Amino acid sequence: MTALRATSPWRKTAALLARFGLTGRALVIAVPMLWLLVFFLVPFLVVLKISFADPMLARPPYSPLFADGSIQVTIGNYAYLWEDSLYINAYWSSIKIAFFSTVMALLIGYPMAYYIARSPEPKRSLLLLLIVLPFWTSFLLRVYAWIGILKTKGVLNMVLMKIGLIDQPLIIMQTDVAVYIGIVYTYLPFMILPLYANLVKLDNAMLEASADLGAKPMATFFRITIPLSMPGIVAGSMLVFIPAIGEFVIPALLGGPDTLMIGKVLWTEFFSNRDWPVASAVAIAMLILLVIPIMLLRMAQSKGADT
Amino acid sequence: MKRGFFLPVVAFAGFLFLYIPIVSLVIFSFNKSKLVTVWGGWSTKWYVELLNDPQILGAAWISLKIGVVSATLATILGTIAAIVLTRFGRVRGRGLLIGMVTAPLVMPEVITGLSLLLLFISMEAMFGWPAGRGILTIIIAHTTFSMAYVAVVVQSRLVDMDDAIEEAASDLGAKPMRVFFDITLPMIAPSLISGWLLSFTLSLDDLVIASFVSGPGASTLPIVIFSKVRLGVTPEINALATLIVVVVAIGISIAWFLMRKKVKT
Repeated sequence: MTALRATSPWRKTAALLARFGLTGRALVIAVPMLWLLVFFLVPFLVVLKISFADPMLARPPYSPLFADGSIQVTIGNYAYLWEDSLYINAYWSSIKIAFFSTVMALLIGYPMAYYIARSPEPKRSLLLLLIVLPFWTSFLLRVYAWIGILKTKGVLNMVLMKIGLIDQPLIIMQTDVAVYIGIVYTYLPFMILPLYANLVKLDNAMLEASADLGAKPMATFFRITIPLSMPGIVAGSMLVFIPAIGEFVIPALLGGPDTLMIGKVLWTEFFSNRDWPVASAVAIAMLILLVIPIMLLRMAQSKGADT
Repeated sequence: MKRGFFLPVVAFAGFLFLYIPIVSLVIFSFNKSKLVTVWGGWSTKWYVELLNDPQILGAAWISLKIGVVSATLATILGTIAAIVLTRFGRVRGRGLLIGMVTAPLVMPEVITGLSLLLLFISMEAMFGWPAGRGILTIIIAHTTFSMAYVAVVVQSRLVDMDDAIEEAASDLGAKPMRVFFDITLPMIAPSLISGWLLSFTLSLDDLVIASFVSGPGASTLPIVIFSKVRLGVTPEINALATLIVVVVAIGISIAWFLMRKKVKT
């Protein structure tokens, strides 16, 4: 009864607010909606606006959109992206690095996920825990750890030279190889987890049926296991490819000056060159060429999964 | 079925790949010598130096504050978004909300960081708020991308949950608010905890977005680590990494044992 009595002043206020269309329901919807509109959608409009401005020696360092009673718009920044080969090369290079890292993560991750999924119970959850654990420690510090391993006088070269495999230290740090290692290492758990979730549901009866019908283990693997685990392969690959493509930290720490990745280019354009309009144009181009196709792909996929 | 040597060997190599960097961080954090490859004997001097470094300690404190506040805000906002998406049917703007909740998950960090910074600068020019950049702007940025993760986690829990119990409660006369706090909230509580922890970790880990939207006096731990690490390997950072690994390992083991106990009973 106390609850009922307590609600009555509330009910009066609610009725009053409802007269102006402010029901509790509408308020609940409005809170996350407004937050995301202001801090997620509007920012892109600001970036779009600045991408059409001229760089200026001022604070903020770009020309105003409205000046002298007219709208000042320039497409110079986009023309610049098109003319200077740096940007187009950086796009291709990002796609290439993200793609091959994804393939490598799949080749390493698939057997690991399969092994974990086939392990008996206490061992299985322990192995899963070992996959998840690095994720909770600092990503930055794990990338940093590779500097100590890969550099010319690092752990890897020391070990290889001691066992006599090489006479000269390998130059890996500040090359694309180091970037590949860093990306595969960082995103491997993201590949393994969806694959595991898929493979653990794999019906043993299918594999046995295939073997009973005379298929060699290899044939069973390629014709039964792989097709059945396709959703896991796709999900894991997306989870590696998407963050890898805009990656900044890994190429900045492990890559060299000629490692081209679009995330690093945007960062340099903004922080070192202080060219806000060009940085904004890079962001908009990235959004159109990379992010929107990925989102459409994901939407098509989730629709496919529903039916 | 016989499985041969291939799988265990590959899996073992994979785990080595995942753990060698972490192990080498830990070992070299006890190295007396400043040069990473030269072993100068065991020493804990880098830990002493770490605990006397006001810059790192201050940054760690700032990061923890930002992490706690943004994770809490993200959990509240993300949960509301998840409820709207799963329980409110086809309301107006649902498509827009779905788009805005899923987009941050695929958005490159450099774009999120740049766009939020430009927004904050324009807002300051127009309304005078937020005045300058600092802890507040980092909290807003982290809340925005973390709430998307929370919404995904909570949403999947809400979809799996039997809504007959909620219906029963409202049939028995409970108001929507009461149904939420008495029935829905306790049932989705585990997903709120994992959403909070996920947001907290994302916030503590973020370098790129924080670098864009932070200002003077608001250097988070990743920003300080990055500026030190760029100059080369510093044993002090190894000591810090070791401490983080130890804390995470203890926390996760406790969670694991608790979960196993719960499954058994």
